[in-house]
Amino acid sequence: MARSKVAVRGLTKVFAEPGSGKQTEALRDVSITIEAHEIVCLLGPSGCGKSTVLRVVAGFEQASGGEVLLDGRPIVGPGPDRGVVFQEQALFPWRSIYENIVYGPKIRGRPRAEYEELAERYIGIVGLRGFENHYPHELSGGMKQRVAIARVLMNAPEVLLMDEPFGALDAQTRATMHEWLLDLWQTSPRAALFITHDVDEAILLADRVYVMTARPGRIKLELAVDIPRPRALDVLTSDRFMALKREVLECIRTEARAALELPRA
Amino acid sequence: MQVASPEVPGRAAALPASITTKVLRFLGRVARALALPAMVIAAWQAAVASGALPPRMMPSPLAVATTAYDFVLGNADSPGAYAFSGSFAKHAWVSTLRVLHGFSLAVVAGVSLGLMLGMSRTLERFVDPVLQVVRPIPITAWLPLSIIWFGLGHRATIFLIFLGAFFPILISTTTGVKMVDRRFVEAAQMLGTSARQLFYRVYLPASLPSILAGMRVGLGFAWVCLVVGEMTGVGAGLGSAIADARELFRVDLIIVGMLLIGLIGYASDMLVVYGFRRALRWSPGLFR
Repeated sequence: MARSKVAVRGLTKVFAEPGSGKQTEALRDVSITIEAHEIVCLLGPSGCGKSTVLRVVAGFEQASGGEVLLDGRPIVGPGPDRGVVFQEQALFPWRSIYENIVYGPKIRGRPRAEYEELAERYIGIVGLRGFENHYPHELSGGMKQRVAIARVLMNAPEVLLMDEPFGALDAQTRATMHEWLLDLWQTSPRAALFITHDVDEAILLADRVYVMTARPGRIKLELAVDIPRPRALDVLTSDRFMALKREVLECIRTEARAALELPRA
Repeated sequence: MQVASPEVPGRAAALPASITTKVLRFLGRVARALALPAMVIAAWQAAVASGALPPRMMPSPLAVATTAYDFVLGNADSPGAYAFSGSFAKHAWVSTLRVLHGFSLAVVAGVSLGLMLGMSRTLERFVDPVLQVVRPIPITAWLPLSIIWFGLGHRATIFLIFLGAFFPILISTTTGVKMVDRRFVEAAQMLGTSARQLFYRVYLPASLPSILAGMRVGLGFAWVCLVVGEMTGVGAGLGSAIADARELFRVDLIIVGMLLIGLIGYASDMLVVYGFRRALRWSPGLFR
């Protein structure tokens, strides 16, 4: 098999609490791969460490053990080859929408002509024409996340890392964003790691889903989503979708019961 | 966690206002701002007229207004011996230059040191104890030392203004840098910002609102320290005018001097805020 775009092998992460120095095991032996052009969803309950996996791949956190590779090379710190879309909006509030979008190429010293043309295209793709000179606080949540995605795509990253990017949006906006993202991947697919706790979202978007367990986070199930693309929202009611969802829910249910040590009712 | 937040842009409430409503709204604001001063002046006039306040201690508002007019614009009818007539511009100019001098030194020192302390925990632990001991020493306690160091008057005053304005600016800047959201730093890093670029691209713009807040507090202290310094004896300046007026027992002039310093201080604050308007137009709620 060809080398994966991103390979996480036997990743462990132990946090030491700042005050007491007490050690908390956040991740235990996590192994995942992301191939080029593939959306991989990491699905799990709150606090299972799924965001920590993303933060290690992003280079914000150091692995306590195991290896994390991008194109076969170890990841040592954050860089423009791995674009991150955060759950909470992390646009620079002091920069206009346009200035946010061109920030990446500009800070890396790319020629102006090149990124101006690209920005023009992405402003169209994210549907924010006319908002170039607005500031982030003047935009709605969905608009802000689209700008955040455009800002990252401007750097043409090897892999896109999305940490529950639509988690703070209302259901309708989230559905619109799902459609938009599916369209975007139809025209320009790239490797992506998508963190979510929403089963529907994971199956709808992903080529593969990893289900994680809580504390310490481990991979419980790997599931290939064999629903053909292009996908639209009507996939959500298809039989194949339901079957996959049942499989995921069954896995989650067993695990949640075990974790909570619930008595048999 | 899924928080359902409706898609409402931040500026939806701002409806276009016609010119007349704008003018009316402005007049309303002016009226509200002047209501309390008007009441105070009315009470003051009543107290003087009824004899409750002896004019030696507190002259009437009208007498103060007359003196203010004479002090600011001069008065052809005033006797030649009247040294203060029309001298406001001279005093105000000298005082403003002193404040500007001491305050700009404080901004340069406070902002640059504050940025460094905010960025480096090590440096902060090294410097902070000294700062925290020096900070509570009142400006009046610095007076004797500053007179010995800088002599009576001008340079000592500038030193006091610097000291008074320095600490609020330093502390606000340090806090502002320390409170910069990690998300912005991480966002900048993953977009390709180097450690060196982070300072100007993230830490400085993100802490600008705090720096402005510190500068406003610092500027207020600058005017306080100006008067403290000038009262020790300088040739010109609003503080020295007040000190001279006390020698002559001119209560009306003391009050005029106090009010004018207050007004200039207010105007200087508005200038600073205005200066930051463009740089901070991104910050919702700061300018409304």
